[in-house]
Amino acid sequence: MANIISDETIEYVGILAKLELSGEEKEAAKKDMGRMLDYIDQLGELDTEGVEPMSHVFAVQNVFREDAVTNGDMREELLKNAPAEKDGMFMVPRTFE
Amino acid sequence: MAKQYETVIGLEVHVELATKTKIFCGCSTAFGGAPNTHTCPVCTGMPGTLPVLNKKVLEYAIAVGLAANCTITQYCKFDRKNYFYPDNPQNYQISQLYLPICRNGSVEIETEAGKKQVGIHEIHMEEDAGKLIHDEWEDCSLVDYNRSGVPLIEIVSEPDMRSAEEVIAYLEKLRMMIQYLGASDCKLQEGSMRADVNLSVREAGAAEFGTRTEMKNLNSFRAIANAVEGERERQIELIESGQKVVQETRRWDDGKGESYPMRSKEDAQDYRYFPDPDLVPVVVSDEWLAEIKAAQPEFRPEKMARYKKEYDIPDYDIEIITGTKRMADLFEETVKLCGQPKKVSNWLMVETLRLLKEKEMDPEEIRFSPEHLAGLIKLTDEKAINSTVAKEVFEVMFENDTDPEKYVEEKGLKTVKDEGALRKAVEEVIAANPKSVEDYHNGKEKAIGFLVGQTMKAMKGKADPGMVNRLLKELL
Amino acid sequence: MDLRKLTAVELAAKIKAKEVTVAQAAQAVFDCIGEREKLYHCYVTVDKEAVLRKAEEIQQKMDRGELDGPLAGVPVAVKDNLCTEGMRTTCSSKILENFIPAYSAEAVRNLEKAGMLMIGKTNMDEFAMGSTTETSAFGVTRNPWDAKRVPGGSSGGSAAAVAAEECFAALGSDTGGSIRQPASFCGVVGMKPTYGTVSRYGLIAYGSSLDQIGPVTKDVADCAALLEVLASHDEKDSTSVRREDTDFTSALAEDVKGMRIGIPRDYFGDGLDAEVKEAVRKAAGILGEKGAVVEEFDLSLVNYAIPAYYTIAAAEASSNLERFDGIKYGHRAKEYQGLHNMYKKSRSEGFGAEVKRRIMLGSFVLSSGYYDAYYLKALKVKALIKKAFDDAFAKYDLILGPVAPTTAPKLGESLADPMKMYLGDIYTISVNLAGLPAISLPCGKDGAGMPIGLQLIGDCFQEKALLRAAYTYEKARGNFGTPPMEEKTGKEAAALSLQEAGHQTCGGASANVGCVKCSTEMR
Repeated sequence: MANIISDETIEYVGILAKLELSGEEKEAAKKDMGRMLDYIDQLGELDTEGVEPMSHVFAVQNVFREDAVTNGDMREELLKNAPAEKDGMFMVPRTFE
Repeated sequence: MAKQYETVIGLEVHVELATKTKIFCGCSTAFGGAPNTHTCPVCTGMPGTLPVLNKKVLEYAIAVGLAANCTITQYCKFDRKNYFYPDNPQNYQISQLYLPICRNGSVEIETEAGKKQVGIHEIHMEEDAGKLIHDEWEDCSLVDYNRSGVPLIEIVSEPDMRSAEEVIAYLEKLRMMIQYLGASDCKLQEGSMRADVNLSVREAGAAEFGTRTEMKNLNSFRAIANAVEGERERQIELIESGQKVVQETRRWDDGKGESYPMRSKEDAQDYRYFPDPDLVPVVVSDEWLAEIKAAQPEFRPEKMARYKKEYDIPDYDIEIITGTKRMADLFEETVKLCGQPKKVSNWLMVETLRLLKEKEMDPEEIRFSPEHLAGLIKLTDEKAINSTVAKEVFEVMFENDTDPEKYVEEKGLKTVKDEGALRKAVEEVIAANPKSVEDYHNGKEKAIGFLVGQTMKAMKGKADPGMVNRLLKELL
Repeated sequence: MDLRKLTAVELAAKIKAKEVTVAQAAQAVFDCIGEREKLYHCYVTVDKEAVLRKAEEIQQKMDRGELDGPLAGVPVAVKDNLCTEGMRTTCSSKILENFIPAYSAEAVRNLEKAGMLMIGKTNMDEFAMGSTTETSAFGVTRNPWDAKRVPGGSSGGSAAAVAAEECFAALGSDTGGSIRQPASFCGVVGMKPTYGTVSRYGLIAYGSSLDQIGPVTKDVADCAALLEVLASHDEKDSTSVRREDTDFTSALAEDVKGMRIGIPRDYFGDGLDAEVKEAVRKAAGILGEKGAVVEEFDLSLVNYAIPAYYTIAAAEASSNLERFDGIKYGHRAKEYQGLHNMYKKSRSEGFGAEVKRRIMLGSFVLSSGYYDAYYLKALKVKALIKKAFDDAFAKYDLILGPVAPTTAPKLGESLADPMKMYLGDIYTISVNLAGLPAISLPCGKDGAGMPIGLQLIGDCFQEKALLRAAYTYEKARGNFGTPPMEEKTGKEAAALSLQEAGHQTCGGASANVGCVKCSTEMR
C-alpha cells in the first residue's frame, strides 16, 4: 500500500469531520482510506495539463432571485425537530468557555 | 537604545448589505424580529434545501468594488467554507475563495501625515451567521438564525496601514463610500460593519513582515484604536522578551483592554474550501457591468468639487454636509425646492448639528424631509414668522418631521402684520417704561433694544422686529 | 381482474374510466404489502390511515374533474431521502430517525399535483451510500426474485417495491447508479434523467453535482409517464434546467431505424459476468434487427471514472452531511462533554460505517495540502470524461452497455469488501459525472433466474431517444414477467427473515452474529 495513513491523520480528519472513532474503527479507517487513496492515485496517470476543472456539467449560469420577501414566519415548524429548544431558540451546549 | 518597531496592519471588513431579503432565500433581513421568526428551511440548514442567489447582493458587491477601483471578476463562483459552529446552520458558510467578485483595488485615505493609498486585495460575497445567546441560567447557549443568511461583503485590504489613525481613516473612507452607494448603513455598534484587524510588528526598516494575529470583536472606532495599540504592545513585549508571536485569532475585550486567543484544539482552521455545487457560476457581461457603472452615484470628492462650483457656501460647510450621504441628499433636495443654498446650509450647519449633538444622534437618523425644511425657509423668507419662532418650529420639525406651515397655522405663530395692533402695543410699552424712554432721549441708543424686547414679549414673539423698530422710533 | 399485474399507466386508465377507484388501487397495494413486506422490507415508513384518507381526497378531486393527469390516482412509493411534509424522512439513517420535514421535495409536490397517491417511504442505503441497501440503519431490503440476495442500491427499496408489486411505481435517486443498478437487479425499469431535469429541492443531498431523481417503474411507458410528471423547472434549485421538451410519452414509438448505437468495447472487458455479457449483446442484436446501426467503439477513460467519482462524491458528501450535528434536528447524543464532544458523539452514533468511511475520505481529500492533488484532479478528469462522451455522441445517438458487471449478489457478500463494491459501479458512474441521461431495463436472466439489466445512455437532454430505443427493445423482447414470489413467501421466508434479517429482528442492540446488519457493523 502506497498511502500509509498515520494515527495523527486519522485523528486530524476526525476533528475536521467531527467523528469520534473507536480504536478498532480507527484501524479500519486507516486501512480503508489508504486503499482508496491508492486507487484514486490512478488519476495521476492521466495528463490533465491545461484541463479546466469541471465543477458544473452544463453552462447554466446567472440564476438569481429578485430581492423580495417571500417567506413568512416558520419558527414553530422549524423548531419542531430540535433535540432541545428554549424561548424559540435552538439550545446547544455552551459556546463560550 | 530601544529598538524602533513598525506596525503593519491589514483589515478584513464585513459589511451587511442593505437588501430586503437574505442572500440565498426569501427571508426578511429586518432587525428586531423575535428569535427565529425570520427563518425558513434554507437559512436554518434543513436537509435537502438549496440556495438561490439574491441578484441585488451581486449588484451591491460590484458597485462597492467599482467604487474601490477594483477589477470585477466577470466569471465568479461561490465556495463552501467548512467549519462546525452552532451559529452556522449548514456547518459550512457559502463564501468565495477561488474567484471573488472583486480584486486588486485601492482607496485613498487622508491623515494628518497626508494622503495615502490603501490596497484592496479582494471583496467577496458571503452569508452571515446566526446569533448565539448565552443562557447563564441553564448554562447553555441558544441559537437565533434570524441573521443567518444576511448578505455580507468582506473587504480584505492589503497590509498597507501603519497606525490606528490610518485604520480609522480607512474605515471612515469605506463607510462613506458604501453609505453613498446605499449598499449598507455601516453601523459598527449594530454590527452592520465589522472590522477584524490583522496586525504584526517588525523592526523599523525590516523587509519581512512579522507573524500576524487576527483580532475580532471590535465594535467601535475606539475599540479598534485601543486594540491596535494593545496588540502592538503585546507583540513587542513578546519579541523583546525573546518569545515568539503565535499566528492566531484573538478576541479583544475593550472593557479590560486585553485580548485572548479564541480557538481551541478542536478548531483545526482547515476550511476545506471547494466550489459549491448547489450554486451556478455568475457571469457579469460587459453590458451589465457598464449599466452598474453608469448607475454609480456621485461620490464625495466629486460632490465637494461640484458644491464649490455650484453653491456659494463656505468650504467648511461643504466638508460637513458631504460628510454623510443623508446630509448631502437633504441639502441638495432642499436647495432644489427653495433655491437658497446658503439658507439651507445654515439650517443644517447650525440648528441641525446642534440638535444632533444634543440628542446624540447620527446624521443618518435625521427624520425631517427636504419639503418641510424648504417650507420653513419659505415661511421665514415671507416674514410670516420671525427667526425666534422659526427655531422653535424647527425643533418640532426635527423631532417629528412636522409640516411647518400647518404647525405655524395651528399654533397661531404667524407674525402679526396688523399695524394698528402693533402700534397699540408699542404705545403701551412706551407708557409703561418711562425710564427707558428717557434714556433713549438722552442718547442711549441701546435703550431701544429693551423696548423692542418688551414689545415682542407683549406680542408673544409674533411681531416682525423690523416693524417694531420702525414704530418705536416713530412714536418716541 | 388482478390489479397488481397492471402497469401504472394501465391502472390510471382504469381509474379514469371509473372501473377502479383510487381506494381499490391503494388496497391492492396494501394487500401486497401485508403479504410480502415482512420478507422484503421495501419500506421504512408507511402510514396506511393517511394514505387511505388521501386516496379518498384524490378520488373526490377526480370525480369533480379537477385531476385528470395520465397517472392520477396511481399509488407511488418515494425513496426516503426525499423530504415529505409531515412524514418522517430518514435517509435510512439513525441520525434522522425522527426527522419530520416541514416541506416536501419539489419532485414529491409534482407527484401530488399529478394526483398520484404516495404510499410510503422506501428503504435505501444510508444517505444513498451503497449499492445493496444493506447499509440502511433500519434493516436490509431483499430482492423479490430471490430473498437471499440484495435488491441493489441505493434505491433498493424503491426497485424491490415495484418488483414486489408493493407499489405501481417509485421514485429513486441516482448519484452513481443508484436507480439503474437496483432496477437492473430487480428486473424493473429505472431512469436517471439529465442532470437538472428534476428539481433537487428537498432531496437530501449526497453528491450535489451528481444527484438526480428519477423514476423506477414496471415498464418503459410508465417510465416516460412518470418522468413527465417529475420534470419541471424549479426556481428553488439553481441547477434546475428549463426544458421545453418534457412531453416524454410522445417518444414511445417502435422505431429505431437508422439510430446509431455505439457499444463501448471497454464495457465488455474483464470483470463482466459472461451471462450478463451474453444477454446485453443479444439485446444489442435485437435493436440491430429493428433497424439501428450498432457498432463497437472505444470510449476510453472508463476505469478512471470510479476514482474520480469517489473523490468528488465523498468530498461533496463530507460537506453536505455536516449539517447533521444534533442541533437543529436529528440524533443528539445523550451524554457528552461540551459542544465539540456533542458533535462528535452525535455524529458517530448517528452515522453508520459506510457513511463515516465516505465522510472521512471526503474530508481528507479536501483538507489543506491535498485539495489540488485529489479534488481538483478529479474535477479535471471529470472534464476529460465529459469530453470522451461528447466525442462519442458526435458519432452515436446512444451508447449501449450493461448496467452492472453481475446480477444481484447474495446478502452480506458485498460489504465485506467495499472496494469490490465500488468497482461494481463502473458502467453507471461516468453517466453521473457527465450529467447524462440513462435508462436501465431488463434484458434477460442468468442461470439462477436473476434479472440482467441493459443500459442505454443518451447525450444530454436526449431522454426521448432513450425512451424510443428502450420502448422498441421492450416490445421486441416481450413480457419479462414478475418475480416468483409466491413460493418464497411461505415458511422458508420466515426462516430466512429470522436468520438474516436486519436490526428490526435482532433488536440492533448487541452484536448478533446471525444478523447481516450487525455483522456489517462489526466488520
